[in-house]
Amino acid sequence: MPKRTDLRKILIIGSGPIVIGQACEFDYSGTQAVKALREEGFEVVLVNSNPATIMTDPELAHRTYVEPLTAEYVAKIIERERPQALLPTLGGQTGLNLAVALAEDGTLDRFGVELIGAKLPAIRKAEDRQLFKQAMERIGLALPRSGYARSLEEARAIVRQVGYPLIIRPSFTLGGTGGSIAYNPEELEDAVRWGLQTSPVGTVLVEESVIGWKEFELEVMRDLADNVVIICSIENVDPMGVHTGDSVTVAPAQTLTDKEYQLMRDAAIAIIREIGVETGGSNIQFAVNPDDGRLVVIEMNPRVSRSSALASKATGFPIAKIAAKLAVGYTLDEIRNDITRETPASFEPAIDYCVVKFPRWAFEKFPEADRTLTTQMKSVGEVMAIGRTFKEALQKSIRSLEQDRWGLTLERPAEDEELRQLLRVPNPDRVFAIGEAYRRGVATQEIHALTKIDAWFLEGIREIVARWTRARRSSSPTRPTSTPRTRRRTRRRRPTAPRSSSSAPGRTASARASSSTTAASTPPSRSATSAWRRSWSTATPRRSRRTTTPPTASTSSRSRSRTC
Amino acid sequence: MSTALLVLRDGRVFRGEPLGAVGETSGEVIFNTAMQGYQEILTDPSYRGQIVAMTYPLIGNYGVNEEDLESRKPWVNGFIVKECSPVASNFRAGMSLDAYLKRHAIVGIQGIDTRALTRHLRDHGAQDGIISSVAGDPADLLARARELPGLIGRDLVAEVTADHAYTWDQGLWELSRGYVAPPPPRFTVVAYDCGIKWNILRQLRSAGCGVTVVPAATPADAVLALEPDGVFLSNGPGDPEGVPYLIASVRRLLGRVPIFGICLGHQIMGLAGGGSTYKLKFGHHGANHPVKDLATGKVEITAQNHGFAVDPQSAERHGWEPTHVNLNDGTCEGLRHREWPAFSVQYHPEASPGPHDANYLFHRFTGLMTRKGG
Repeated sequence: MPKRTDLRKILIIGSGPIVIGQACEFDYSGTQAVKALREEGFEVVLVNSNPATIMTDPELAHRTYVEPLTAEYVAKIIERERPQALLPTLGGQTGLNLAVALAEDGTLDRFGVELIGAKLPAIRKAEDRQLFKQAMERIGLALPRSGYARSLEEARAIVRQVGYPLIIRPSFTLGGTGGSIAYNPEELEDAVRWGLQTSPVGTVLVEESVIGWKEFELEVMRDLADNVVIICSIENVDPMGVHTGDSVTVAPAQTLTDKEYQLMRDAAIAIIREIGVETGGSNIQFAVNPDDGRLVVIEMNPRVSRSSALASKATGFPIAKIAAKLAVGYTLDEIRNDITRETPASFEPAIDYCVVKFPRWAFEKFPEADRTLTTQMKSVGEVMAIGRTFKEALQKSIRSLEQDRWGLTLERPAEDEELRQLLRVPNPDRVFAIGEAYRRGVATQEIHALTKIDAWFLEGIREIVARWTRARRSSSPTRPTSTPRTRRRTRRRRPTAPRSSSSAPGRTASARASSSTTAASTPPSRSATSAWRRSWSTATPRRSRRTTTPPTASTSSRSRSRTC
Repeated sequence: MSTALLVLRDGRVFRGEPLGAVGETSGEVIFNTAMQGYQEILTDPSYRGQIVAMTYPLIGNYGVNEEDLESRKPWVNGFIVKECSPVASNFRAGMSLDAYLKRHAIVGIQGIDTRALTRHLRDHGAQDGIISSVAGDPADLLARARELPGLIGRDLVAEVTADHAYTWDQGLWELSRGYVAPPPPRFTVVAYDCGIKWNILRQLRSAGCGVTVVPAATPADAVLALEPDGVFLSNGPGDPEGVPYLIASVRRLLGRVPIFGICLGHQIMGLAGGGSTYKLKFGHHGANHPVKDLATGKVEITAQNHGFAVDPQSAERHGWEPTHVNLNDGTCEGLRHREWPAFSVQYHPEASPGPHDANYLFHRFTGLMTRKGG
């Protein structure tokens, strides 16, 4: 199908300020979309309140509105610009929510604006937990087992089908208030009682916990001719329980047989069709029980996401750009593949390398903040590294963090008990704690028991540490080398700044720049500094889909929290 | 650490470490771009005569299990990976890849730059080569690599076909249930085994075909004597022109009974129907090839494994029409006869490994038999 000729002017909604919990992925996707639509001869109107984005550069869109991202303001822009279409799937959750608001309050109908990419029913079906669950049941896919209970007896009845551990979520509370995990009948009793008290409507959702299951994502694209391709599979090193944005992730998936991968691929294709995302990219998350391979659907984002940005850079397939072209009528086989320039975009990238994404946290700026990683994303950015092996990519990613970390070592000594805790409870130091555990001779089996991280990833880390140990032995045969302090003394060529509270993990580039010794060996990165300042300046708490656990019943899908 | 060598016919040498059995092996060196499914690839009889290099560098991660088999044993002449995982991490894993290769005496090499090898094969074409983890002299290996026979005109089907007829009664794989019992058969199908992948049989069986598998050398009259509703021509190794006896059989069957062919079966059909085939520079081996259905315009992502292809113009002169085309290089991916109930595809609708997008073709086959039977 060729490009649509009934559209001339298209409105794109950006995603506003960059906040903790984003990696500025929507600037990437929005900018790509603006460029792609301009390239096709459309007039592009952009609204985004954030002037520090590339997409708001004057030469990008034909008209750029730096205005608040509220239905009221966007309605005024629509009234003035009279676009024929609104492309809502490239501005993250903010863009999507605004589009829904404008559709629901009649603004789009009043001015004859068509939603392209994803229509309102598709967005609702993906976003509303109940509708999503029904849709999955229609196509025979499972979500974590669950049921609503109004009393302890009802909760116990559900437990008989679901089994422990369980997540108890009270209905209609915000921010996850009253939610808890129950591992046994006693905890269930407490959790349900507390939950029922907290819920204004006196109901709780009792849900199977998939904490510790393997977590996967697929990036899916669909066109108006119903062609569907999978751009990238991503496997989370950290199992379920840690937000994908706070997980170390790897592309492509490493520990699935073809049979299991194809089950997931078939499921993803069925989901995008059932939800009815007409064109563009979607991100679908799955959990897999490592003991029996059971597959459950966690959620679907009917839009491009942080993972789309990663998948685009990991594979060379520009998801946001192609999504924009699909939205205006092209089919995948009509669009050229940017890598080969000869073959069409209707293909599934096959890569010959391993990609590791490592999150970048900034807890040193928030000493009061809880460093435990949960279902609420706490990182302020991420780095990606490519290698021919997982080991290579992992180490490159650690060096890319610009935190003066060069390997899998803890930055401060930890007693065995503390180390065990660092392994058991997800936190920013966990990967480094795994390295330290191997250095102390802990077996893979035990580390797996504590972390639930797949043995394949653990073995990769073990090999890195084994090589490190061999290298240490051959370079200084007499010196015991197990503490970070000793290592620091012997590593003359890479001096680090003195240990102090300001040089704790996650020193900023600017902090490092002030240390002359460090600056000599590792010049600070300007981009890191500015990215840092940006996130700092916008770090006000903000109610986003990821930072709250909204009502469990009906309306909001955001209760379909990613983990439990 | 012991070393292993890969020496290509054109003199290129790669040094790595042994993988699987220690020894020496030879064959046509090709590359496969699938990122998972190595167990299915190893056990696909179509790889007879070939040394398979995986372009994805991390292989063996999920080990080897008892279910993901496409035949009773691995058939590849040799196996090349960048890094073979020492740990087999999957709930179904029974052993490591290395142990599996050792058990079946498959000689391999790991630790070489498989990207450089792939680029070399893309630029200079798939070619004969030798892997050795016993001989130290590359010059000696090169001299022997230059003596290797290549694939053209050779009958490799004879090495992998069944030695007697048998029936198939296993359905498709399901998670937690394994291979399920198939529905009762509605059609009688005779499948020529040129090295048939089990998942083709599972697919046929699940689509309602009672399948009798016969050796590739079975004459057409013996097949017709079984009074089948349809005949299936399987995948298989090597050059289709190396199996003239099967081409002759299919020539007799065309027009008399509905026929469906996959891969080598597609090439055999093309040759029997009057067309010609040719060798591709480095073939199609992977699980991500986009194919367009010319009738519907829809794109399927397909599993492929072939080094030869049918020249569509040559077939069109004899009443065939192309039905599918490869979007990467425009080669012919499917044929249909304008009058006879016969069609074939170059790619693998049975997948395993690969996407399931083209499963509908098995139902197209049963549809053809339904119409034929009235």
